[in-house]
Amino acid sequence: MSAAAPEPKANMGRPEPRLDARLKVTGEARYPSDMPVGHPAHAVLVTSSIARGRLAGLDTAAARAVPGVIEIFTAENTRELKHLDYVPGGGGPSTSVQELGPEIAHDGQIIAMVVAETLEAAREAAHAVKASYDRQDPSATFDSAGVEEKPAGKEFPKAGDAEAALAAAEVTIAAEYGTPTQHHNAIELFTTTCVWDGDRLTVHEPSQFVYGLKNALAARLAMDPAKIHVVSPYVGGAFGAKAQMTPRTALVAFAAKTLGRPVKLVASRDQGFTIATYRAETRHRIRLGARRDGKIVAYTHEGREVTSRPDAYKVAGVSDTVRLYDFGTVATHVSVVHADRNTPGFMRSPPVVPYVYALESAMDELAVRLGMDPVELRRVNDVTRDTVSGKMWTSRSLMKCYDEAAAAFGWADHKPEPGAMRDGDWLIGWGCATACYPTHLGATAARVRLLPSGEVRVQVAAHDIGTGAYTVIGQQAAERLGVPLAAVTVELGDSDLPPGPVAGGSNTTASVCSAVIKACDAIREKLLRAASTSNEGPLAGRSPAELSFTDGRAVATDGAAESIADVMQRLGTAAIEEYAEYLPPGAPADGLRRLYGGKAVLTGGPHGEKIMYALGAEFVEVRVHARTREVRVPRAVGAFAGGRIMNTRTARSQLMGGMIWGIGSALHEATEIDRREARYINDNIAEYLIPVNADVPSIEVIMVPEEDAEVNPAGVKGLGELANVGTAAAIANAVYHATGRRIRDLPIRIEDLLA
Amino acid sequence: MQPFHYRRADSLDAAAQAAGASRGSRVEAPVQFVAGGTTLLDLMKIEVMRPATVIDINPLADRYGAIDATDRGLRLGALARMAQAADDPAVRRDYPVIAQTLDLAASQQLRNMATLGGNLLQRTRCPYFRDVSWTACNKRDPGSGCAALEGVNRKHAVLGVSEACIATYPGDFAQALVALDARLEIAGPQGRREIAAADLHRLPGETPNVETQLGPGELITSILVPAGAWTRRSLYLKVRDRESYDFALASAAVALELGDDDTVREARIALGGVATVPWRARAAEDALKGRRLDEAAAEAAAEAAFADAQIREHNAYKVDLGRRTLVRALLDAARLEIRT
Ligand SMILES: Cc1cc2nc3c(=O)[nH]c(=O)nc-3n(C[C@H](O)[C@H](O)[C@H](O)COP(=O)(O)OP(=O)(O)OC[C@H]3O[C@@H](n4cnc5c(N)ncnc54)[C@H](O)[C@@H]3O)c2cc1C
Ligand code: SF4
Repeated sequence: MSAAAPEPKANMGRPEPRLDARLKVTGEARYPSDMPVGHPAHAVLVTSSIARGRLAGLDTAAARAVPGVIEIFTAENTRELKHLDYVPGGGGPSTSVQELGPEIAHDGQIIAMVVAETLEAAREAAHAVKASYDRQDPSATFDSAGVEEKPAGKEFPKAGDAEAALAAAEVTIAAEYGTPTQHHNAIELFTTTCVWDGDRLTVHEPSQFVYGLKNALAARLAMDPAKIHVVSPYVGGAFGAKAQMTPRTALVAFAAKTLGRPVKLVASRDQGFTIATYRAETRHRIRLGARRDGKIVAYTHEGREVTSRPDAYKVAGVSDTVRLYDFGTVATHVSVVHADRNTPGFMRSPPVVPYVYALESAMDELAVRLGMDPVELRRVNDVTRDTVSGKMWTSRSLMKCYDEAAAAFGWADHKPEPGAMRDGDWLIGWGCATACYPTHLGATAARVRLLPSGEVRVQVAAHDIGTGAYTVIGQQAAERLGVPLAAVTVELGDSDLPPGPVAGGSNTTASVCSAVIKACDAIREKLLRAASTSNEGPLAGRSPAELSFTDGRAVATDGAAESIADVMQRLGTAAIEEYAEYLPPGAPADGLRRLYGGKAVLTGGPHGEKIMYALGAEFVEVRVHARTREVRVPRAVGAFAGGRIMNTRTARSQLMGGMIWGIGSALHEATEIDRREARYINDNIAEYLIPVNADVPSIEVIMVPEEDAEVNPAGVKGLGELANVGTAAAIANAVYHATGRRIRDLPIRIEDLLA
Repeated sequence: MQPFHYRRADSLDAAAQAAGASRGSRVEAPVQFVAGGTTLLDLMKIEVMRPATVIDINPLADRYGAIDATDRGLRLGALARMAQAADDPAVRRDYPVIAQTLDLAASQQLRNMATLGGNLLQRTRCPYFRDVSWTACNKRDPGSGCAALEGVNRKHAVLGVSEACIATYPGDFAQALVALDARLEIAGPQGRREIAAADLHRLPGETPNVETQLGPGELITSILVPAGAWTRRSLYLKVRDRESYDFALASAAVALELGDDDTVREARIALGGVATVPWRARAAEDALKGRRLDEAAAEAAAEAAFADAQIREHNAYKVDLGRRTLVRALLDAARLEIRT
């Protein structure tokens, strides 16, 4: 065991290396755009350089004259494509801006696609397409003229009379916070390759929801979804950006059909900022009221979020923040601000990243105001019965996480006075915050086949977006059927397999493992019955209850055993295959049917009978140079509880990566917007900063054992989106501790700390 | 990217002849030299530069790719790679400011490819310059205006700016050269000449598209850095948003010769990240000479350095940050233990 492969504690699975590790490090894993197809034509997008107005003209003459150009697709010759209504949620279109003009609704809207014999010719020609516009002044963001603000719903979480409680509170704080625009910037770009064979279409595209993509694409092409095959075995990072269908897919499919040959598109890095989704900027106003002893009596939170002109995408994270503590009374509100921007969408932990940042910053401000240790403030307000709904939690290990992380970090040596800790020219600051993520469950199907040799094949159109899904799903099947992991093959990311859930909301492990358990149990059942009801053989006459499976054998409590091969021979079958469906509690009865139709069906979090969340506590040390004010993060410690941990290696990797992202959220990441033109400025990864190894010298991940039999059959709470929540608040809190300065707008930059 | 002709220049003459008709190293010149390609190819891919001919000068590395140190100074071949110069023991020992400007620039992969000559001539990171869908950019398209003046200008310059352009010179290495009074050997169709490194870049003025004083077909062949009592007590401080790898928000290259009692005999100062060209801060040097280098003296020098700063909506902080950066660099340099 090593740091990368932590020793499993109670209720944790082995740190098996990823099944696809070798393929990935040797470059053998084929990502969708690596898929060789016969004689492809190459597509390059042309995007708008204004954010609002009309396309007055599109001169393609020079572009058509470039040798090798085959066709240029524009609004004119793509009218056949059907418009699809935008519905927030996995699977559907990412935006209602699907046409290539003449109306321009955001910067970087696709206005044409050039297809040529070579990528070079297509790229040259794309630059030669000349657009002219009737431009109108766009509204860029909060406070821009012309934005429209609307409530993001009819009802928001509420409990008791928060105003009265605030008025009567012994101590109150009120503060405003802001988070910036962020783009996913997965290393793998947005790519699509389409190949037609008669009336059947194969789509190679990295996807977090192949059934959603297949069905939405069929609707845009007005064809039978059964004739579309989406293939996406590996995804080179997605973070939510590949969960919905972006407008490019239908365009490439249409071009391939029109031209009668495969067409391949790899959109450029800067185009990725506007042709897909992103995390929109948010603002928050929070008030907390408390007694002198730290017990909170009131919490109000008004959130505002930017969205596009036509689509009301929102994250509304107050429905999560209100669960975090015992607040006494609660009042919340969320509004969306419609601006001339592309439609935002899911980005790793969509609701909780901005809202928990705001709440956890406010908690620290309250601790400072009370003169109380911030860990103790959380302890005093720990909750078992939800303030808003009165529901109980399935399990909650928040304070265990705090205690373990605090001990590992050395929090006992914390000197709370700002500026009290210093190392030469560097001011040292310590801070902490809570991480949380709702435990989601998705409707899913799965198929498992067992051969006499003990080889197992698991098939489900779920997605490994780099998280380790292949491996943990394989581990689950291996464990249940008593075979070694090496005997299990897992197939994912293919729309010809039984449907899996959208790879969103961190539900894949919990949901798919629950379905795999069901299918495996059906196989066990058949085998055990065959072994125990036969008239001969070592297990004849045993009760199935006393039999289990290990090492490719059915074994009785007294040690009598029979190999799987022998049992199957007895059954007279060459393979046992079981198809199972898992419909989580609270899901609509036709959930599986909906899933087959490409609709994501998710439940859980605060919505079930009980409240279910994965939780964590994060501690960071920052160093701020006393003179030039650079902020560095030399170390961070996080402790997390997420129910059963299937694999300590892949779990640690998710949690560590999350904390690194959190550091980026606090100090680096922000998409800059030119407010006059509502256009993104730093649309490349030289200027859009993310932390790399040298920026994160030490990250310690602690997994806190937790057992939760109520969340789902697998006992798993998702944790892919857990650890990047809270980190930014912990850093902002630490910066306050180092400098005495409270920075409430992210990212924290040098200029915020000067003067 | 536009299709282009590719030629290799096996000799100086061949290079000069091939490039003779071009307009110096201007953005719009139809003929461009390529060395490491880390600036040029990037700009070609995004169509900011569209040369019809690219002349590969890497074969000249045989003659102009070496690093020689003597008692009189350093000779750096313009085709030496950044990594090669940064790792040179003589450079590291006797000219730490040079090694540090290189170590702190770009990433190891880029430093392995990029040349010293190309580094001096790297182009601004101004986002409006680097995206041809913005029509107003005087550097790219003379007379079209400047989108940055009222746009996102957090990283733009506060020194040496004009109403036509406020783009920051992004490099680091040039600051070390300018501070150390380096000279450049230049070869071209008209023969050879030598100029001060400080004279290579031109202030934007009315013509930000004319970035350097290199004439048509002219090549930088070597960089000469004179030895001096101050080169060992030298350092480069680079302040940036991200520690691992980023351009400077503010930087200072300083080289000092201190007398007894920390009295400043010589001070050489150049500033980066805050100016349109590698910026020699003579006023700051004058403010220090003959004074004991303490915090007050350093602050006075920093004050002088930014006396003429001109700010825009998002870059006002650079004046304060630039001053602090210089103060810290001076005090750190004064504290250096110099082995003799
Ligand atoms: C992501 C990224 C981050 C970076 N970060 C930094 C940083 O932090 N600090 C920093 O200083 N730099 C940084 N750089 C810039 C990098 O250092 C330069 O791109 C590099 O030094 C240029 O050298 P080159 O040999 O590749 O030049 P090329 O791209 O080959 O040439 C650049 C220009 O100089 C001309 N040219 C080249 N050699 C000569 C010569 N001998 N005589 C006349 N003309 C010549 C070419 O015609 C061209 O116009 C970064 C670059 C990138 C891409
Ligand atoms: S600052 Fe200079 S480079 Fe930038 S847009 Fe203005 S003119 Fe162009």
